[in-house]
Amino acid sequence: MATFKEFRNNIKPNWCPGCGDFSVQAAIQRAAANVGLEPEQLAVISGIGCSGRISGYINAYGLHGIHGRALPIAQGVKLANRELTVIASGGDGDGFAIGMGHTVHAIRRNLDVTYIVMDNQIYGLTKGQTSPRSAEGFKTKSTPEGSIESTLSPLEIALSAGATFVAQSFSSDLKQLTALIEEGIKHKGFSLINVFSPCVTFNKVNTYDWFKENIVNLEQFPEYDPSNRVAAMNKIMETHGMLTGLIYQDKVRKSYEDLAVGFKEQGLANQKLDLSREDFDKLLAEFK
Amino acid sequence: MISQLSWKIGGQQGEGVESTDRIFSTALNRLGYYLYGYRHFSSRIKGGHTNNKIRISTNPIRAISDDLDILVAFDQETIDLNAGELRPGGVVVADAKFSPVIPEGIQARLFAVPITAIAEELGTSLMKNMVASGASWALLGLPLEVFNKAVEEEFGRKGPAIVEKNVEAVKRGAEFVLEQAGGPLEEFKLEPADGTQKLFMIGNEAMGLGAIAAGCRLMSAYPITPASEIMEYLIKKLPKFGGTVVQTEDEIAAVTMAIGANYAGVRTMTASAGPGLSLMMEAIGLSGMTETPLVIVDTQRGGPSTGLPTKQEQSDINALIYGTHGEIPKVVVAPSTIEECFYDMVEGFNVAEEYQVPVIIATDLQLSLGKQSCEPLDIESVRINRGKLVTEELPQLEEHRMFKRYEFTEDGVSPRVLPGMKNGIHHVTGVEHDQEGRPSESSINRQKMMDKRMQKMDSIRVKDAVKVNAVDPSAEVLIVAMGSTGGTIEEARARLSKDGIAINHITVRQMHPFPSELIEPHLKAAKTVVVLENNATGQLANLIKQNVGYHDKIRNFLKYDGTPFLPSEVYKACKELN
Ligand SMILES: Cc1ncc(C[n+]2csc(CCOP(=O)(O)OP(=O)(O)O)c2C)c(N)n1
Ligand code: SF4
Ligand SMILES: [Mg+2]
Repeated sequence: MATFKEFRNNIKPNWCPGCGDFSVQAAIQRAAANVGLEPEQLAVISGIGCSGRISGYINAYGLHGIHGRALPIAQGVKLANRELTVIASGGDGDGFAIGMGHTVHAIRRNLDVTYIVMDNQIYGLTKGQTSPRSAEGFKTKSTPEGSIESTLSPLEIALSAGATFVAQSFSSDLKQLTALIEEGIKHKGFSLINVFSPCVTFNKVNTYDWFKENIVNLEQFPEYDPSNRVAAMNKIMETHGMLTGLIYQDKVRKSYEDLAVGFKEQGLANQKLDLSREDFDKLLAEFK
Repeated sequence: MISQLSWKIGGQQGEGVESTDRIFSTALNRLGYYLYGYRHFSSRIKGGHTNNKIRISTNPIRAISDDLDILVAFDQETIDLNAGELRPGGVVVADAKFSPVIPEGIQARLFAVPITAIAEELGTSLMKNMVASGASWALLGLPLEVFNKAVEEEFGRKGPAIVEKNVEAVKRGAEFVLEQAGGPLEEFKLEPADGTQKLFMIGNEAMGLGAIAAGCRLMSAYPITPASEIMEYLIKKLPKFGGTVVQTEDEIAAVTMAIGANYAGVRTMTASAGPGLSLMMEAIGLSGMTETPLVIVDTQRGGPSTGLPTKQEQSDINALIYGTHGEIPKVVVAPSTIEECFYDMVEGFNVAEEYQVPVIIATDLQLSLGKQSCEPLDIESVRINRGKLVTEELPQLEEHRMFKRYEFTEDGVSPRVLPGMKNGIHHVTGVEHDQEGRPSESSINRQKMMDKRMQKMDSIRVKDAVKVNAVDPSAEVLIVAMGSTGGTIEEARARLSKDGIAINHITVRQMHPFPSELIEPHLKAAKTVVVLENNATGQLANLIKQNVGYHDKIRNFLKYDGTPFLPSEVYKACKELN
């Protein structure tokens, strides 16, 4: 069985020292090993951004696509071969700005894909512009007077879009993050894991210390029930979205693959392509 | 007796024009006639004039007709809009309810049948289309049993009582008109057909069928006219073969999902029209850059922007060839017949995998939606070629090495492994990369990788990249065209030949990479070259000028009013040149 070391390759990330994305990379590698995957059984599909580079830093099948489209690509991979474990990942701009439409619909579709967002409240790769996750008043190169748009709450949106798995974590808490990714992989359906992953270079407000001070770990509420959607929504609102842990999980709803008529357990990519003469004649008969 | 005839039915959208046309043509197909349909419709669902025209013949036909023999009208607007098309001595069958009148100056016989009244008497005005079609079928003197069989199939699902009522409606319509006319009209008596049933379908269905035959098992798409029938056909069929169709949130999702699925090893397609293709451009670049096979159908319609969404045009060619930033290898094929719609899907999927490139199959609205007879399709000739897809076990990789997915090879095509395969791990990225897929900014690598990818373009030639329809050394004029216009040109050519004028005709099917060497000899031999296309700027003519030359021989013959060329228009234009 593979250990997390087998999910490493020798490519040196081009992230800044101290970037939160290093921990996300490590957590994915650990979680993959912990759930018993071999590297070739995992496909990591990522978007464009500093965070998007992550698929190149994990020893697994990886595709680094175009900005905002990690999710539809990842869903395509899963549809084609459901025997693979598929992780989609990218930044907050990738998933909640240019790719927001896909995020909402991937949630609705509920294919068994684990989506990990490295949320640093800024655009890192393009060197520091505002993101939909930036706080109001946040000053960046593109908002010199401070952002005047409201901050988007992906957790609330996910719940209202019908998400079956919503979690949030923090780069500094490798243990929790790894455990949540494992849960996400095991969840039969779409899982959203938003990770506070500080950008040490361009975001001088939402720093490691700032997060440590402001986040609330759901562990503090032993009575919290993640199967209760209303409670989940309340908790997100009460904490202004600054909570970590498993926020919501619906274990009942079936995944898209399980609901799609005619879809088999075996990955489509591993099935035969040819069409028998008999089947073809049946198809033709409808045109006579 | 006559060998061909044109029949048209018109009314308000949602009034049963479509279903009448369907039953009428199914019955004709059963008798073995060759058929070619044309739909005039607008983007509205209910209301607005719509009409369907069918050309019926004992010989193969692949073009709409210049004129009309029989018009079935549910309202006066249908008569006013279409009577001009009737040939002298033509017939109008109309609902007596609106006291139909034939516009002045038009010589046509009118049969006013109490269509609505009979239908209502039988229970519901919904059946008026059955009364009307029964009447026009009877005038042609065709066997009623065959028609009733088609009615039965259309309404069978709704139970025997409904079928019976509709059959009765047909009978009443037929009886009424036969009494009025004193029997079937002699001048419209069709020669018997050969009795062999043809396949009868629209291009979109032929493409859906072709995709299944090609081993396509997934489709991701967003609805749009005139492409939607492809997804609607495939969602009915693919689940039987283990696959499915996903209706995505937009065309960007559609194309990227298809890229993901092709990357993971399933032949997957998407289909759209101009607006959707515009949205897909960035992703097409990803497919080219990552050498991930991809098949896209573009059913061209009137552009730009929303343009004329339900009308004929061939104006996306430039966008398909030049669209996406940067430079990638890419193939654009334009089928020109219904049979090619089928076979080109098979070849499209093969080429996409053999060369690991995006392939765009570009039809036009008339080819996509015009229902027509189709020659038998041969599944035995279908070969699935997955190119350099590695299926055997791979040797263990050296430590920290990845599989050379982008290995430099003689033909520029590298071995391809699918996710899931042991020892095949590699990286895939739209960033410039080395042989293992690792991002690389090295200038030497960049140049080699660009050459590797672009080199694939050198050898791509699909079957019949240029189709030669007629070569007569004595002909001075050569017509060059693409897409659905071929049948119209052939018909004009036949008429010209009766007048003693020889015309040559070639169809360009591979739009990109441009098959210059196959076109050049024809241009060289011609005195005048007429490039006929449904767009305003002469996109095909410009491709020829750019790639082949002969600027001074080339004349544009353009039509961009939303309607297909008529045989008479081509005939006239060529006649004037001679
Ligand atoms: C279509 C398109 N538009 C713009 C860009 C430029 N771009 C690249 S990454 C990015 C935003 C990155 O922010 P985020 O997604 O939050 O990722 P981070 O770098 O912060 O990890 C932008 C705007 C692009 N690559 N493609
Ligand atoms: S710029 Fe910010 S997000 Fe990008 S690598 Fe550096 S720290 Fe990380
Ligand atoms: Mg960011």
